[in-house]
Amino acid sequence: MTAPGERPPEPAAPPGAPLPPRPWALLAELTHGCPLHCPYCSNPLELTRRSAELTTEQWVDALRQAAGLGVVSAHLSGGEPLLRSDLAEIVAAADGAGIHTQLVTSGVGLGRDRLGRLADAGLRSVQLSVQHADPGANDRIAGRRSFAAKERAAALVQDSGLPLGLNVVLHRHNLDALDELIDLATAWGADRIELANTQFYGWALRNRAELLPSREQLARAERTVRRRRAELAGRTELVWVVPDYFDGKAKPCMGGWGAVSLTITPDGTTLPCPAAAVLPGLDAPNVRDRPLAWIWDHSPAFTRYRGTEWMREPCRGCALREQDFGGCRCQAFALTGDAAATDPACRLSPDHALVRDLVAAPPEGASAGLGRPRKPARRAPAAPKGAR
Amino acid sequence: MTRWCPALAPAVQLRHDQVRDTDLLLLPERVVVLEGSAGAVLRLCDGVRAVPDIVAELAVRYPDAPVAAEVPAFLGRIRAEGWLR
Repeated sequence: MTAPGERPPEPAAPPGAPLPPRPWALLAELTHGCPLHCPYCSNPLELTRRSAELTTEQWVDALRQAAGLGVVSAHLSGGEPLLRSDLAEIVAAADGAGIHTQLVTSGVGLGRDRLGRLADAGLRSVQLSVQHADPGANDRIAGRRSFAAKERAAALVQDSGLPLGLNVVLHRHNLDALDELIDLATAWGADRIELANTQFYGWALRNRAELLPSREQLARAERTVRRRRAELAGRTELVWVVPDYFDGKAKPCMGGWGAVSLTITPDGTTLPCPAAAVLPGLDAPNVRDRPLAWIWDHSPAFTRYRGTEWMREPCRGCALREQDFGGCRCQAFALTGDAAATDPACRLSPDHALVRDLVAAPPEGASAGLGRPRKPARRAPAAPKGAR
Repeated sequence: MTRWCPALAPAVQLRHDQVRDTDLLLLPERVVVLEGSAGAVLRLCDGVRAVPDIVAELAVRYPDAPVAAEVPAFLGRIRAEGWLR
């Protein structure tokens, strides 16, 4: 990190150059600590240790800067954000700055008093993760007994009057339980259930062989979603996040690079997308070192793939370039080694065979397991023996 | 219809966005950008004023606007979205 007073001069924008659109949303990954060990965890393979996390004051400052930049909505996520004992202060800072906050939690550690303090601080909504509708299967996927805690958390949120959403990451081991998951959401009083097919980055990419569903399984799930959506219209919102590999289309990742939202990771690293830390040479900026406005407007990490200038063929001349933005940079890098390539999920990508071959091959019997569980974030180094 | 006194649904937050100089509805997973005087109309939806009261207040504020014709329909649309009750 550069010491204060030693900062390199910040490049000034050319006079009259238009600023990029203002960001609407912030993903605040408050900690990588988590009681669960889901094999599809969206956190990076290299987890930030607790002792390297931003302080309360640093989060408060970052949230104020985010609001000044145009952010109106924040997901307070992790890891498990309840592991931050200062969570209510962070919520209050966001709400005080005019940012709508949503807690994204496993539910583990959410008691009545804690929820009351968070609601008093201005928390507006809770999104609860569920791994499966069957308690035993939920606990196996999560790598910890947690279903009962989730059920209690849902009841507490419903009692509090806060909107409740469930989110379920979908994969081979729970896609056949969609009806039961949707029943669970209505029984727990959820206003919304987000059924999000696994996106294969980080831990999920490592465990892809165990998690990737079959095409038939997905087709059944899509029929279920259509049927239940019609049935629940006007009562429970049912969101289906389409899988990446199966339909030959690239997703409009993040609504465009540095266009709609930003992510601040536990140590203050600030990214256009939560998976972007793995991109080589990204030179990710940090809110400890730089003003957030500079990071958004001018940092090389945020300007690198903004807009369409960086594109090559087939994206450059494609009619969809302003709609899918070339797909996902992190997926392009993960699968081809080149972050500026067309996302191989797109059927127009010269590398599309990489995903087509994967989904054409039926899942192997050998991969009936869940994959390797996400390992815990490291604690601060233990005190030497005898020093206690 | 019985006397409807519209109020924002509990999950909905109405605020002015100073950065973009526009009114917004903030909901979980959704931001609604309010155009024109939509925010001014929704600020009167306090659960106490009935629709005719809201129309009367707006008619004073915007004497040249077709308030009586448009505001009840607008409120109905916002209710159909689930943002007013």
